[in-house]
Amino acid sequence: MAQQSYEPNPVVQSIRTKAVSGRRHLRHLLANTVARYYFLFSILALCFVLALVILFIGKTALLLFGQVTPAQFFLSFDWTPEEDRFGAAAFILNTLSLTALTLLISVPVSVGMAVLTAEIAPAWLKRLIRPILDLLVGIPSIVYGYLGLTVLLPLLRRASGEGLGDGLLAAALVLALMVLPTIARISDDAITAVPRKYRDAAYALGSTRLQVIMRVVLPAAGRGILTAVILGMTRAIGETMAVVMVIGNTPQLAKTLFTPASVLTSNIVMQISNVEFDSTWNYALHMMAFLLLLISFLLILIVRFLGRKRREG
Amino acid sequence: MDGFSRSRQTARSIRRDKLATYGFYGLGALVMLLIFWLLFTILSKGLPGFDFSFLIRQPEEIDTGGGIGPVLFNSFYILLISLVISIPIGLGAGIYMAEYAPDNAFTGALRICVESLSSVPSIVFGLLGLAIFTEYFGLGLTILGGGVSLALLNLPMLARVTEEAVRAVPDELREAGYALGLTKFYCIRKIVLPVALPSIITGICLVAGRAFGESAVIILTAGLSTSGEMWDFNLFSPGETLAVHLWYVQSEAIVEDARQIADKSAAVLVIVVLLINLAFRAPLWWAKRGTGR
Repeated sequence: MAQQSYEPNPVVQSIRTKAVSGRRHLRHLLANTVARYYFLFSILALCFVLALVILFIGKTALLLFGQVTPAQFFLSFDWTPEEDRFGAAAFILNTLSLTALTLLISVPVSVGMAVLTAEIAPAWLKRLIRPILDLLVGIPSIVYGYLGLTVLLPLLRRASGEGLGDGLLAAALVLALMVLPTIARISDDAITAVPRKYRDAAYALGSTRLQVIMRVVLPAAGRGILTAVILGMTRAIGETMAVVMVIGNTPQLAKTLFTPASVLTSNIVMQISNVEFDSTWNYALHMMAFLLLLISFLLILIVRFLGRKRREG
Repeated sequence: MDGFSRSRQTARSIRRDKLATYGFYGLGALVMLLIFWLLFTILSKGLPGFDFSFLIRQPEEIDTGGGIGPVLFNSFYILLISLVISIPIGLGAGIYMAEYAPDNAFTGALRICVESLSSVPSIVFGLLGLAIFTEYFGLGLTILGGGVSLALLNLPMLARVTEEAVRAVPDELREAGYALGLTKFYCIRKIVLPVALPSIITGICLVAGRAFGESAVIILTAGLSTSGEMWDFNLFSPGETLAVHLWYVQSEAIVEDARQIADKSAAVLVIVVLLINLAFRAPLWWAKRGTGR
């Protein structure tokens, strides 16, 4: 604080030298106004990008229904674009079941890690675990896919003894590892935010730490953990390259864990470069992307709803 | 009468509590082991037989011994383009949300926009880039298209980290600035931003690391090939990056040593991303030390 008074302060100076002060003052006001508009422009640019995404993808996607009925697209399992049969039901169901399986594996582990870092581990261990979890975020998705292909698939092949080992389980295991840091980190924050007095009250009643965690802390942090799970879900649904390398890329419904299959994202990236822009095939792929977009928006709306409830509660 | 002896139920609760504690520690140890094993696998497969000329040699289609020179260059070049475009706008948007946005419905709508944009899957940005640059402008698969599409992917994340960093600056500092008669922008420029800078830089490094390893967007917008020259700054040549090269090599390449090239590429990819994270994280760590307790 003290050192500031020694420096020539712009405002003090402008009072001393009135002749210059007008111009200088104007310049500051001008910069202030320009900056305000620039910042507003930046955020509007972001909204413009969103509009661009919806417009470009949506416009091409909706062309599909001029040529294929929605019922056929959403309900048929027959994806044979070469013969103009565009049934995407298998991809949609595969995406949903892959996400569910991913969460089934990842949520217990992630929330367990969050409980460990937030409630149980001593401070030094916390400081060690958190950056190591962050390492997982840094690894590119293509490397996850590559490791899944070269390390996980041979393991699964040996364990299951059937086929190539690719399919839903392989993809779900890779994805589970990828969403682990997301879910663990946000759940950790939610658990840390539970007021201390709740725990104190429970301990005062003679609870063990496990009872405090299971009956007080986790329920109190419930909405936050749910938010974490949904954010992990958006990541799992939109992930492309890691999935495409281990899922087998066959357009059929995944009836078992080891059926080679295909999800929305992997199908788009495998086929988009082979198709004409003005073809029903391309429209169908855009419709799949549009579906992904809608699912993500829906999940974000749920997250917002949960956040508001949490603040009210 | 021993009033303090444990009832059966209490004993059971305590036993369970102990078991659970061991369980949580065991889980933590397993996850940590898994992560280290993962890193070890990537590095141990890629690093033996590694020489630095691999980083600058041309890739080969038929002969063994190809390198990753042009694709590594393209990776940095596209990353640079995307950051040059996205940092000014992303920071601006973040500053607006933290400093200017009034508490009303309009701001609420803006916030929904930013959150929705950050949830858009990367493959969708790839399709957007494909539609704009290949179909609308008819440029084909180019470095420019890859850079711009990647910039769009970066934007919402940059806006969010900036907003968080700026919000974390204590209000007293701003009040002191206003009390001296500063304009709002001068106060942001001279007081708020310098204080928030370390966390903003950390945020940028996270975004840069993610963009460096991004592949879905680049495959659709910059393509699976290079111009074949090493220092090709032409914005309109095809721009395969290292991450895409890893995909290409393991799925389509016919060279004999494709597996080794893929292993080495994966190792280089991970090392560079970790270095980006570490290098930019240093200032934050430094700043924390400086103000130290």
